[in-house]
Amino acid sequence: MARPPSRRPGHNRKAQYSLFASYVVAMTGAAVGLLLVVVAIFDPTGFAAIRIATAEVTRPASLTLKNMVSGVASVDEVLASFWRAGSQNVALRRQVENDRNRIIEAKAVAQENLRLKKLLKLVEDDGSELLTARLIASSSSSTRRYARLNAGRWQGVRPGMPVRAPEGLIGRIHITTPNTAEVLLLTDTSNIVPVRRANDSVPAISTGLGDGTLEIRALAAGRNPFKPGDLLVTSGIGGVYQPNIPVAVIVRIEGEIAYGVPLANPSKVDAVVVERSFEETVTRSDANAPVEPPIQPEAGANASVDAPPP
Amino acid sequence: MIDPHMQHVPRLGRHPSRFRLAGTPVITVMLGSLVTTLPVIAQSPVMPPFGLLLMLSWRLLRPELWRTWIGVPLGLFDDIASGQPIGSAMFLWTVTLIGIDAVEHRMVWRSYRQDWLIAAAAIIFCIAGGVFFARITGGGNIKLLLVAPQMLWTVLLFPFVVRQCARIDSWRVMA
Repeated sequence: MARPPSRRPGHNRKAQYSLFASYVVAMTGAAVGLLLVVVAIFDPTGFAAIRIATAEVTRPASLTLKNMVSGVASVDEVLASFWRAGSQNVALRRQVENDRNRIIEAKAVAQENLRLKKLLKLVEDDGSELLTARLIASSSSSTRRYARLNAGRWQGVRPGMPVRAPEGLIGRIHITTPNTAEVLLLTDTSNIVPVRRANDSVPAISTGLGDGTLEIRALAAGRNPFKPGDLLVTSGIGGVYQPNIPVAVIVRIEGEIAYGVPLANPSKVDAVVVERSFEETVTRSDANAPVEPPIQPEAGANASVDAPPP
Repeated sequence: MIDPHMQHVPRLGRHPSRFRLAGTPVITVMLGSLVTTLPVIAQSPVMPPFGLLLMLSWRLLRPELWRTWIGVPLGLFDDIASGQPIGSAMFLWTVTLIGIDAVEHRMVWRSYRQDWLIAAAAIIFCIAGGVFFARITGGGNIKLLLVAPQMLWTVLLFPFVVRQCARIDSWRVMA
């Protein structure tokens, strides 16, 4: 096949000018685009206002679809469990037998706890929980990992607030619009979370890798203290996340770096909980302390290792 | 009118509306960009950029349809929908369109395979450029290997998308 007809307009002067003008417009547009990217280097949330309209308009569509196909994300898991149904059944039954005794013990402990707390007149509710909402969409074609939350500024969500599921940490609020909010997921390459090992408080920093896993670097110099199977929880350093939210479990060690998998899978959790930032909760509960402004959602702001103010 | 039942059949001498002729391609590309509103909470960049695929399909299918500046508004819309820094697709799509124009002058023979080759180069350029822009705007250390699967199946998906585009196109020009 020969090539398609040329776009060259021949001797028609008007057509020539029109073609030239279209290239000028295109070049200018591309330059403006580049300029916007350069602006975004210095101010990553600067053009959030432009996204508001789309986020608001597409919210009903996403929400309806979410209600219709909430199970679609776990198709692979369903297939895999069919494959291993027999052996899994035996293993699970054994596990249930083992767990039954543990549950009875735990219930006894919980009851004892309740009794002791009553004795001490401790208040369990720390008022950090703001609301429960669902994740309705995500930036599935981009390399950045954002998810869209079905609650926004009118519901009291503010940038920087931590988002968690019952299983563990999901991420934190990046941008808010009136009825939706963008959540920077734990696995985003710019989301840095201060963590510690659950059983002995070895401090570390978790950074997303963008592919569903996390890179864990220990803060202590020397040999890598982690081994596969270690459980990581938030340390509360930096003042964004409450301490002791489960974050990840370590699966692989490579030299100084450990790789972890998040405990909460955003595609499978039913609903997520938006919490007030830890610092806000701490300062608010103390009536004498001056109220601190909420943490700015700067990239890596929670990586700073300042202790929250007393 | 000889037979009123024949009205829906395409016939000579009747023209589709201007909105259908000019609007259909733009609307399909925008719908492609809006695929991200599907309720899939992705853990890695897995979804092919359908907006880009549709734009390339229309451009290669109908070279006379758009001037190169169409990449600016369509790219801006894709940026708003996709979560990339605003301006990234605006720049990359327009540069891609200018590049296709430049290549088209130099190619003597064109067929389906050359179209696919051009589209593959454009897809790799746009995805890699998107990674670069995400990295410099505070995205942390993103490895190019992370988007390799996305690049692969976006390139493999191109023939299918072109076929669907051609189907829509035959509806578009029918009266």
